[in-house]
Amino acid sequence: MEIDPFIFRLSIFILSIFVGYYVVWSVTPSLHTPLMSVTNAISSVIIVGAIIAALAGSSENIFDKANIFGYMAIVLAAVNIFGGFLVTQRMLAMYKKKKKDKK
Amino acid sequence: MISANLSAIFYLISGVLFILALRGLSSPETSRQGNFFGILGMLIAITVTLLSIGNFSTGFLYLLIFLLIGGSIGAFIAFKIPMTAMPELVAGFHSLVGLAAVFVAISAFLNPEIFNLGSTGAIKIASLIEMSLGASIGAITFTGSIIAFLKLRGIMSGSPITFVGQHLVNLLLGLSIIVIIFYLCKLQSEHLFWGIIVISLLVGILLIIPIGGADMPVVISMLNSYSGWAAAGIGFTLENTALIITGALVGSSGAILSYIMCKGMNRSFFSVILGGFGASEQSSGLKTKDQRPVKSGNADDAAFLMKNASSVIIVPGYGMAVAQAQHALREMVDTLKKNDIKVSYAIHPVAGRMPGHMNVLLAEANVPYDEVFELDEINNDFANADVAFVIGANDVTNPVAKSDPQSPIYGMPVLDVEKCKSVLFVKRSLSPGYAGIDNELFYKENTLMLFDDAKKMTEEITKNL
Repeated sequence: MEIDPFIFRLSIFILSIFVGYYVVWSVTPSLHTPLMSVTNAISSVIIVGAIIAALAGSSENIFDKANIFGYMAIVLAAVNIFGGFLVTQRMLAMYKKKKKDKK
Repeated sequence: MISANLSAIFYLISGVLFILALRGLSSPETSRQGNFFGILGMLIAITVTLLSIGNFSTGFLYLLIFLLIGGSIGAFIAFKIPMTAMPELVAGFHSLVGLAAVFVAISAFLNPEIFNLGSTGAIKIASLIEMSLGASIGAITFTGSIIAFLKLRGIMSGSPITFVGQHLVNLLLGLSIIVIIFYLCKLQSEHLFWGIIVISLLVGILLIIPIGGADMPVVISMLNSYSGWAAAGIGFTLENTALIITGALVGSSGAILSYIMCKGMNRSFFSVILGGFGASEQSSGLKTKDQRPVKSGNADDAAFLMKNASSVIIVPGYGMAVAQAQHALREMVDTLKKNDIKVSYAIHPVAGRMPGHMNVLLAEANVPYDEVFELDEINNDFANADVAFVIGANDVTNPVAKSDPQSPIYGMPVLDVEKCKSVLFVKRSLSPGYAGIDNELFYKENTLMLFDDAKKMTEEITKNL
């Protein structure tokens, strides 16, 4: 008997939760704010679904009920992707070590 | 056009890159590289999607325009936002992820063919459940984050909004979503699908309004987690590994942060979610509201104390962020260091309005991160330090949490500030903190209260040093 592909995706999902669990515990508490902004940015990979919704339909009219939600989701996800990664970059650039030579 | 198998491999690669992005955050040195991995993963995912659709006609042009519009808005916000406003920015971004998830779920419901989910009116049951869950969690994330944003921004009062039967209403609404999903699977009716979204939007609002301002670190982390589960739900619908992996990562990340925040306050997750804290609780400390003597001083006294110290520990809190005093504080510390005084910073897990909030503010003010310590790392050092400088923190220093089992904050881990030889407490007045209880520290023999705005006082002290 063949295994439903759903089970494979479920396996990936469950294992990823465990990976996430261990990876996030190893994040240093001082970087918890960048952690939130970067998880925010990567969860915008939902744009993948938005692109399919916008482009794969038969209609070329962007205001068609079939496409419009996809395009709107693209804008929202794009705000998040650029905003999330850039603000993370900005924060991380501020974390500096004590200068050893200065004293 | 690339094959489905090849694109699946690429989605897997971008999922792995996202894991590496989080892994990088284990230390500030590797964090920037981690962020780069994240960007790379996103680029791969988007490119592969475009290639697998292979449609580069007018629609593609529109896509680029929309991407550019969203991207420039995002970039603009990212560069303009002050670091003190980070909590509301993150809440705002969460709401966008939530709404995007809802939109994608709607498209999938309206056009099941393009996602290979069956045809309109005959969508596969499993897909229906997945997209309903994705849409529902997404909608909750959307409105919940907006309420959190309004509260953090101060547009909406931070005090909890409660009414009779609130939990019952939430429970019934939650159950009704499940019932509607069940009927949706049977009837495939569009109305039911919209019903799920509307009820979920309502649940999002009701879920967050009873939660008070200082529980916001938990709320933000929780919404972070929700946005992940919403993405994972959509990932199952679209059969996309990158989304499933990311959703699981973000979901567990937010859950862990919520747990850490709850532990920092010694409160159970459920008591935070049920809300109402800070509004109804009357503690034993408040009833004995007699005028007890406090010692108060001015900037001159504080400067004198610190000049004669050999080690100083700074305890920053949300009040520092409100007063924007981090730069003034850093200047004061620079002056202290010139006098060969050892200075370190002690940060409580729930200081500020989101996890790690204080660390970012100090980093912004050019404080090296190896001078900043977490509660566990530094708590033993207070006994050997000469001066503790408490600026904008309150409840997290209250020794009552260790001594009075009647107190609402009993058992909460606190910074052992009172063990210092002397304590300088910068505060506007003697008013109690968020928990609504008096801070015993105010009345200690070795405490000197400095009544003023945090920024003004710090600048004054620097002048007097």
